[in-house]
Formats: sequence, structure tokens, C-alpha cells
Amino acid sequence: MAQINLDCRHQNCPVPLVQVRKALKRAAVGDTIEVVGTHSASKKEIPMAVEAQGQELLEVKDQGQEWVIRIKKVKEG
Amino acid sequence: MTGKTTIIVHSGDMDKVISAFIIGNGSLSMGMEVTLYFTFWGLNRLKKGGLDKGPLSKMNMLGLGRRMIKGRMAKANVATLESMVNDFKELGGKIIACEMTMEIMGITKEQLRTEWIDEYGAVGTYVNEARKSDITLFI
Repeated sequence: MAQINLDCRHQNCPVPLVQVRKALKRAAVGDTIEVVGTHSASKKEIPMAVEAQGQELLEVKDQGQEWVIRIKKVKEG
Repeated sequence: MTGKTTIIVHSGDMDKVISAFIIGNGSLSMGMEVTLYFTFWGLNRLKKGGLDKGPLSKMNMLGLGRRMIKGRMAKANVATLESMVNDFKELGGKIIACEMTMEIMGITKEQLRTEWIDEYGAVGTYVNEARKSDITLFI
């Protein structure tokens, strides 16, 4: 079970969403993705996209000016 | 994939083409299928070297406004159109070029970025995509 780390700090709409989708496509089932970013709308929208794709949201947390989101790929697609 | 977005890109204005690709990439990122149908002025943006050559829909000021917006977009870390199209294709987005527009404007396939284009079609192709879509927009 690998972990994919994404650095989306200072990236604007819709890049963090796109990067998460790309990572979910290349991850294997069981892998986790950890994405760190600063774009505030993405903090809300990445969990929406994870839900829409039927993947598992593990954690959303703030780290100073940044947020960290952890996702688990639970199925193909 | 769950759900589908189909967008007609009729305008060739830079700001509107950017909107089309942001919505397209946003939809792909939500796990949806996406088709962009390029017609009339929009088709000019699929010409070789033409992607970011569109004027601004407002305050273009002979290209001055357009240059200013590009600078501000770079400063705000907004992706370039070229990288938006690359992301769009990488995530499986589909592009249809309007054959009638090609005929009217005398555009040949050799003038277009054919590596981006999945299909050449007419209104029937659009309607067939749109009828199976959850979101359809005309830009």
C-alpha cells in the first residue's frame, strides 16, 4: 500500500482538484493520497470530488495557513 | 464514471475558452465524462498556434487587456490554457470539431491540433452527446 504525496500549495482553481483526480487514476486500490494546499475552495471541493467518485475521505486538517487532506482509493474508477 | 458534462464552445474569446476548460476539468475531476464541442469562433482556438490567441470578451483594448489578464493569471498561479488542455486530454476529456464550421471558414484538418480532436461531427453528434448529459452549457 503506497502513499502518493501531492503538493498543491499556491495552486489555483481547478489545479488541486485535477491533481487529485490524476493521482486517484494512477493509484492502486488501497493506496492513500495526501495532498497539501492553500487554495481555500479546494479544501471544500476535494472532499466533494472524493465523495462523487465513491472514494474514502480519511482526514481534512488545518496546518497553519495550509490544509492537508488524506484520501484512500477504495475502488477502481 | 458517473454523470456527463457537454459544453458547446461557440466563442473564441480567451476568457470564455478558459471557462470552458475550467468547467471541463472540474467535471473530469469529479469523475464525470466530458465532451467539448467546438464550433464557429471557438474552432479557431483549435488551430495550430491559436489556442491562446483569442481576444478578451470585454476590455480587450486591441490586445492590451488580454496581455494584462494573462499577466495577472500568471501571478495568481492560474494554469495556462495549454496545460489546461493537456490535463483535459490526460483525464479522458473528449473534443469534437464542427465539420460545418470547417467548411464555412475553409479550415482543413491540417490546420488543426488533430492530436486533441477525437471526432469531427455536426449537430446530431452534439445532440447525441447532450441527451445523455447531466450538465450541458453553451459558451
